[in-house]
Amino acid sequence: MEIPWVVTARQDTGLNNGKIGIWLFLASEVMLFGALFATYILLRVGAPTWPLGSSILNVPMATFNTVVLISSSVTMVMAWASVMRRRFAAYRGYMGATVVLGFVFLVVKYFEYSAKFHHELFPRTNTFLAIYFTLTGLHMLHVIGGMAVNAWFWGPGARLYHENPEWFANRVENSGLFWHFVDLVWIFLFPVLYLL
Amino acid sequence: MGDHSADIDRHVRIYVVVFVTLMALTLITVAVSYLHLPLPYAVAVALAVAITKGSLVACYFMHLISEKRLIFMVLALTVVLFLALMMLPIFTVANRVEIQ
Amino acid sequence: MHDTGTAHSHGPDHGHAGAHGHDAGHGGHHEPGFLRTWVFSVDHKVIGMQYAVTGLLFLMFGFCLMMLMRWQLAYPGEPVAWLGAILGEARMPGGVMLPEFYNELGAMHGTIMVFLGVVPLAVGGFGNFVVPLQIGAPDMAFPRINMMSYQAYLLGGVTMLASFFVPGGAAQSGWTSYSPLAALAGSGQTWWLIGMVLLITSSLLGAINFIVTIVQLRTKGLTFFRFPFFVWAQFVTSFLLLLAFPPLEAAGVLQLMDRLAGTSFFMPSGLVVSGQALDISGGGNPLLWQHLFWFLAHPEVYVLILPALGIVAEIIANNTRKPLFGYRIMVWSLIFLGFTSFIVWAHHMFMTGMGTVMSAFFQTTTMIISIPSVIILTSLMLSLWGGSIRFNTPMLFALAFLPMFGIGGLTGLPLGLNITDIPLHDTYYVIAHFHYVVAPGTIFALFAGIYHWFPKATGRAMNETLGKIHFWPSFIFMNVVFMPMFIVGLAGVSRRLYDGGLTYDFARPVLHWNAVSSWGAWMLGLAQVPFIINFFWSIRHGRKVDRNPWQATTLEWAAPSPPPHGNFETEPVVHRGPYEYSVPGAKTDYLPQCDAAEAR
Repeated sequence: MEIPWVVTARQDTGLNNGKIGIWLFLASEVMLFGALFATYILLRVGAPTWPLGSSILNVPMATFNTVVLISSSVTMVMAWASVMRRRFAAYRGYMGATVVLGFVFLVVKYFEYSAKFHHELFPRTNTFLAIYFTLTGLHMLHVIGGMAVNAWFWGPGARLYHENPEWFANRVENSGLFWHFVDLVWIFLFPVLYLL
Repeated sequence: MGDHSADIDRHVRIYVVVFVTLMALTLITVAVSYLHLPLPYAVAVALAVAITKGSLVACYFMHLISEKRLIFMVLALTVVLFLALMMLPIFTVANRVEIQ
Repeated sequence: MHDTGTAHSHGPDHGHAGAHGHDAGHGGHHEPGFLRTWVFSVDHKVIGMQYAVTGLLFLMFGFCLMMLMRWQLAYPGEPVAWLGAILGEARMPGGVMLPEFYNELGAMHGTIMVFLGVVPLAVGGFGNFVVPLQIGAPDMAFPRINMMSYQAYLLGGVTMLASFFVPGGAAQSGWTSYSPLAALAGSGQTWWLIGMVLLITSSLLGAINFIVTIVQLRTKGLTFFRFPFFVWAQFVTSFLLLLAFPPLEAAGVLQLMDRLAGTSFFMPSGLVVSGQALDISGGGNPLLWQHLFWFLAHPEVYVLILPALGIVAEIIANNTRKPLFGYRIMVWSLIFLGFTSFIVWAHHMFMTGMGTVMSAFFQTTTMIISIPSVIILTSLMLSLWGGSIRFNTPMLFALAFLPMFGIGGLTGLPLGLNITDIPLHDTYYVIAHFHYVVAPGTIFALFAGIYHWFPKATGRAMNETLGKIHFWPSFIFMNVVFMPMFIVGLAGVSRRLYDGGLTYDFARPVLHWNAVSSWGAWMLGLAQVPFIINFFWSIRHGRKVDRNPWQATTLEWAAPSPPPHGNFETEPVVHRGPYEYSVPGAKTDYLPQCDAAEAR
């Protein structure tokens, strides 16, 4: 018993199942992060004073992280393009780079957080820090999740490339969509928390 | 997906252009923040840049620009609801009854 | 079933995204073991039944919690020795219910009925079992994710049940868990929040699965406007779940942070508890919780009703031997209703001090949303006109649904207008309103669905006599329980009072109605016994029936009863709409959707 339209696109919708699935998931994630942004708005508007992001947070580190994440989006899409061009070695290089860049992001985040804790700045200290840690923390969990999936497709999952390259391309594309979304959230997170 | 090699080459060129643009916009948004504009202007500029960057990622890295109608419709619905979630709570809390 | 209409089919497509394992039973090699067949199945029918049975068990448990509450409301402070012995001194010292225990029962009754009972049964149970069959699909688009969705639900349910056993007991801040109360409550509240995160995850996975399945796996010839109304209902419901639940998940995380990390997302400045100022940063806003909660919880009530409307539509069309009246406008109403449900939520918050502008906005959207509801209900009623009505058990429940949902809907109108909401908010009037919609509303529709689809799932019919013995007392006692609550609420008695209003002078004239409702509830409980007996007895000993005992038109009746793995012997092709009953000139009074003969 086979489930149709896993690999090939259904004619009238022009889509395969996984792609619709991942976009629907991303729609739900927009609402998830949306709620946290709504929280930020409500807390900030209701606060008598609100610190300038750069007075508490490390803008150079976060700018570096922004560059890292955008670069990882490029390597991710290049990984997909390599699969489409059937260049397996290039795929592995780009996908590996994506995972490594994700790891770099996490390392920077580790230094950021530990610096905060070292200076006795915790989520309970004030609402700015509460929403900062929650937003970036949830985002970080998504980075970790995305990295895990990408690492799988770089490693053991890459076997599928040789068995069914079309299916593999779909799955790499879908992981890519998730990874780009993680980048997209950061593109909004960064100015809102650090620069305003 | 059935894209041919030439198509992918064209895509790759676009990715590089988008990447450079994103880097430039990142530098711009950080630079502007050092100007310490009044809050409403700072917010407007920051959001405008972020929306531009986000659109580039969505349209080109996520291939939204050539995506099928169904996906667009789901995202359009999501955007509308996202905006409702952004705006209605704060409007409601701000539109407070003041007891004299 | 395999890829139709495309050139590429790269060998055996073993289902969906997931890097390992294989479909149980593929190709007819080794028989899968018990665990694979019944516990870790990826077959939508098994998963549907898992959801249904688990949901029914939780409904029964939630009902028992309520029956306990109703003792306290009918006879406040009266001891029940044997209950006190079972439940212990911490909850019922000397057999008298403590207020804290009453609150536990109240919060968990609501939570369990909504999130562990009705929705899993309506969406997880009926949706999973029926939708793939009704669209001619072999299974859901993502069978393994389907299984994970059930496991997440089960885990969430177990977490909720386990919370009764933690120090301080289960959550007791209402199903609405408002901060700051919920933030300061005992550890049961933390378990509630964790349970909710699991349940939300389950719903999100399920919603994605339903949408992709309905769009992609519908069979040849099945265009959107040939869908059975039930499929449309599940389709819209899935969008509600997908887009409304995440803000509550976020809010849950924030409340967990307030409880565990000492943050002040929902904690205002200057909060004093028992004479002590709290050692928190403050700066938070309790209204933020309310906005995020109700952003989900309003669409959630449409999640509660839409599948029920779908079930009733199927049963009415089938048992009137007529097409549904106004199918197209019903579909457009459904879509409009779904969208509008996202922008009405603050009608639950009229008493939070909002100004006239936003109040007017939410009143307006709330009034507007009643229009598609009325259109759908009216269409269902008009569908009866001129029909050859068969008064079997599913039809009796479906017919009763109509006026009950009507009462529920109409009584909602004063709540949606802020002026009339002022005296009614948080009174028994509200409880009566929403119970009319969910209890003799949705739950009756779910009963109807069980009687209607039981033959498809088991190959046997449920007993009609027992069905009627179940129906009539249930219908009567539902009204005995809830109708008096309008009177009690209009008198001004608040909800969530553990003594039912005893300490308030103004409540005195209406207090006796509490006992009436309680006796109604206990009799209602007894009335379910014939159903339970019928259900289990008929699985083994019910009258055997062929694959289409109701002479119905929709695709699920073209499959064997019960359908095998993969559902259909040959891929069905759809030639007509879903309700071609009594077509002039046709040989039979129903034309199945996939019958080739007499194609339109």
